[in-house]
Amino acid sequence: MNSYIQKKKRVDALFKYIVMFCVAFGILMLVLLLLQIFSQGLQKLNWSFLTSFPSRMASKAGIKSALVGSVWLISTTIIIALPIGVGTAIYLEEFGGKGKMAHWIQVNISNLAGVPSIVYGMLGLAVFVRGAGFGRSVLAGGFTLALLILPVIVVTSQEALKSVPKSLYQGSLALGLTRLQTLKGVVIPYAMPSILTGSILAISRALGEAAPLIMVGAVGYVAFTPESIMDQYTALPIQIFNWTSRPQKEFQEVAAAGIIVLMTLLLSFNGLAIFLRNKFQQRAE
Amino acid sequence: MKVKQQQKTKRDKQLEVSEKVVKGILLLFSTVTILTTVGIVTLLLLESYNFFKHVSIIEFLTGKTWAPVLKPEHFGVLPLVNGTLLIAFFACLIAIPIGLGAAIYMSEYAHKKVRAVLKPILEILAGVPSIVYGYFALTAISPILRVLLPDLEVFNVLSASIALGIMIIPMVASLSEDAMNAVPDAMRKGALALGSTTFEVSTKVVVPGALSGIIASFVLAISRAIGETMIVAIAAGATPKITLNPLTSVQTMTGYMVSISMGDIPHGSTAYYTVFAVGLLLFLMTFALNIFARFIVKRFRREY
Amino acid sequence: MNTTKFEIQKLNLFYGDMHALKDVNMTIKDKSITALIGPSGCGKSTFIRTLNRMNDLIENVKITGSVHLDEQDIYKDYDVIHLRKKVGMVFQKPNPFPMSIYDNVAYGPRAHGIKQRTQLDEIVEHSLKQAAIWDEVKDRLKANAFGLSGGQQQRLCIARALAISPEVVLMDEPTSALDPISTAKIEELAGELKKEYTIVIVTHNMQQAGRISDQTAFFLNGEVVEFDNTVQLFNTPRDSRTENYITGRFG
Repeated sequence: MNSYIQKKKRVDALFKYIVMFCVAFGILMLVLLLLQIFSQGLQKLNWSFLTSFPSRMASKAGIKSALVGSVWLISTTIIIALPIGVGTAIYLEEFGGKGKMAHWIQVNISNLAGVPSIVYGMLGLAVFVRGAGFGRSVLAGGFTLALLILPVIVVTSQEALKSVPKSLYQGSLALGLTRLQTLKGVVIPYAMPSILTGSILAISRALGEAAPLIMVGAVGYVAFTPESIMDQYTALPIQIFNWTSRPQKEFQEVAAAGIIVLMTLLLSFNGLAIFLRNKFQQRAE
Repeated sequence: MKVKQQQKTKRDKQLEVSEKVVKGILLLFSTVTILTTVGIVTLLLLESYNFFKHVSIIEFLTGKTWAPVLKPEHFGVLPLVNGTLLIAFFACLIAIPIGLGAAIYMSEYAHKKVRAVLKPILEILAGVPSIVYGYFALTAISPILRVLLPDLEVFNVLSASIALGIMIIPMVASLSEDAMNAVPDAMRKGALALGSTTFEVSTKVVVPGALSGIIASFVLAISRAIGETMIVAIAAGATPKITLNPLTSVQTMTGYMVSISMGDIPHGSTAYYTVFAVGLLLFLMTFALNIFARFIVKRFRREY
Repeated sequence: MNTTKFEIQKLNLFYGDMHALKDVNMTIKDKSITALIGPSGCGKSTFIRTLNRMNDLIENVKITGSVHLDEQDIYKDYDVIHLRKKVGMVFQKPNPFPMSIYDNVAYGPRAHGIKQRTQLDEIVEHSLKQAAIWDEVKDRLKANAFGLSGGQQQRLCIARALAISPEVVLMDEPTSALDPISTAKIEELAGELKKEYTIVIVTHNMQQAGRISDQTAFFLNGEVVEFDNTVQLFNTPRDSRTENYITGRFG
């Protein structure tokens, strides 16, 4: 009997180590990945890297056009995706009710969330680059990425709106306010921090996407920064992809330096999201 | 008698109108997502139709050679499907057990405080762009593996699979953990009260109780692995072939789509339309898997 | 004496298949306090929500019969926004908005079109005074309302309701989440408010009903078992079920 219990305990301990290893594996890989990137890229990362255009020579290559291009691209994406995404969420949560239309939109959104990003690129190519005649511009890229992250923004905004206490709605409606006034007055302000947190994470996804941009033609050698939304551009992940594809070792180091820039941006986005979340939690207490 | 008091003032009418206008605008916004789906499906079908005017569906689906730009042209998609599935298989071989293990640890073993630290780390892991994993596969995983396995080609299935596996671990872990969290604590306590160890609670109570959600997370992981692009474009190579050997290079469906977009394929050529035919197949495969995942959750969900 | 404010006739309410209110008849007098008592689930909260049509928010609700406010049927051709401006409500749990004390009170008037700062200031001060909380908050009107105690929050919610100058104030178990001292303050306040407003209060606490109300209705299983002057109802109940309830034999 005793040995039976001991055996049980041993199995339990072993299992615990196995599942702990699983988590540790993930963390270990993250550490390795960061080590690899920093060891390769840190030496290339300096002021001239940030302020130079790409070059045929690895020693002179810089990331300026990609960095500025990404800023243009992401700003465009935000301007398009945020109002449409949050608007859709508000419609579904507050006006759609249990109607058929709302139901179909909902099903459709969860399907869209599973569509590979490269397929969005094909859509962008056909609709924005060719159909709308935007060409290989920032605008075409921004629209494409906006459609890509739209499902994420909608779903997180819906969660945020769902978390608004019913008592706030009732309190406002009982004062004789219309639904729209109630939304503007209490519901949306209350949900805003969570909506922003979710949206920032969605936007950081757009910042790192390369595949759809390749489809909409953000490839090649771009040694200038966009001046308008209709200009050609390159973006950080595209530039990194170009460098990574070169066989020379020195370009791999340049790519790593580019990755450091990209990851720094992403982590600061994440940090901002976490900061907002914490601030929001404090307020809710 | 009082006169009717509740006659609508001008302000009330304005409010009513603005509510209608806003509702209309929001509905319009909502249709964007519908239009996206309609756009994707229409586009893929139309452009694929152009492709199938030149190449029969039978040849496309059963042909064993993929050489769309070389003479003689061959349009058999099986090598690309082979490459995609092979990489997805090995990636899931890594991501599914490790992701599930991590989920069990987080949900059943980890202290609240430990979990509070681990969750953001896994979120970061999930937030690393695939291009970075691709870089990692090519410049770290592949060279290390080549020391261990001298036969390994520079571009190969294994390195891409490992990177892809690492990338989808957090997804499996977080979806499975959500499913496990839905199992009520009372069931755990009941089993513990009968003298079960945490191991037994996990394997006999929690995992079976959350099985539909866990399986769904596996299916979604497969779908994600099939649709992933940049890792395979960088690390898996560009040689479409039918093989089960993970040590050689292959080409995946997504990898092909990227390589053709990087090149100078004239708009309107048959090779150009291959992108859409391959895209359609990719879309259908991931779509079927996503529907299947949802079906599992709906059909086998236990209500607690 | 007092004129009639609400006239409820043959009111029935269904949640789907559930018959939640059965043939309720009641006359609520102007500038008085009417208490609704009964065990939980008896329909008293559902009933009070029919008076400002808050039940409209719930799906699958069907209502028959009539509710007349000042001789007009609020379920027929009556604008719900106007109804709720006339009939304010205070909820079971204090539900201040996540904004400053001032903005909480000014929220309603602003939404109804009052923009002038001086006018708003006046309304806020007057409402807070009426709700007997002015002295406690006058120095921190810009502070977040969540910083107030539960009892203060509830009085703030009363001030918020008064700020749109309603004629009726509905109170749905306003003291159930409060300590005895805050409860006493709100009861005292209710006594003051009835000079200007008609008050309908749901309470799970019979002593409270006895202390503050002029009329009392006893609800059981969706029916009004007895409705009478409070003194009458508590001293000489006509129905044995009322007697059982008020003597504490069930509920």
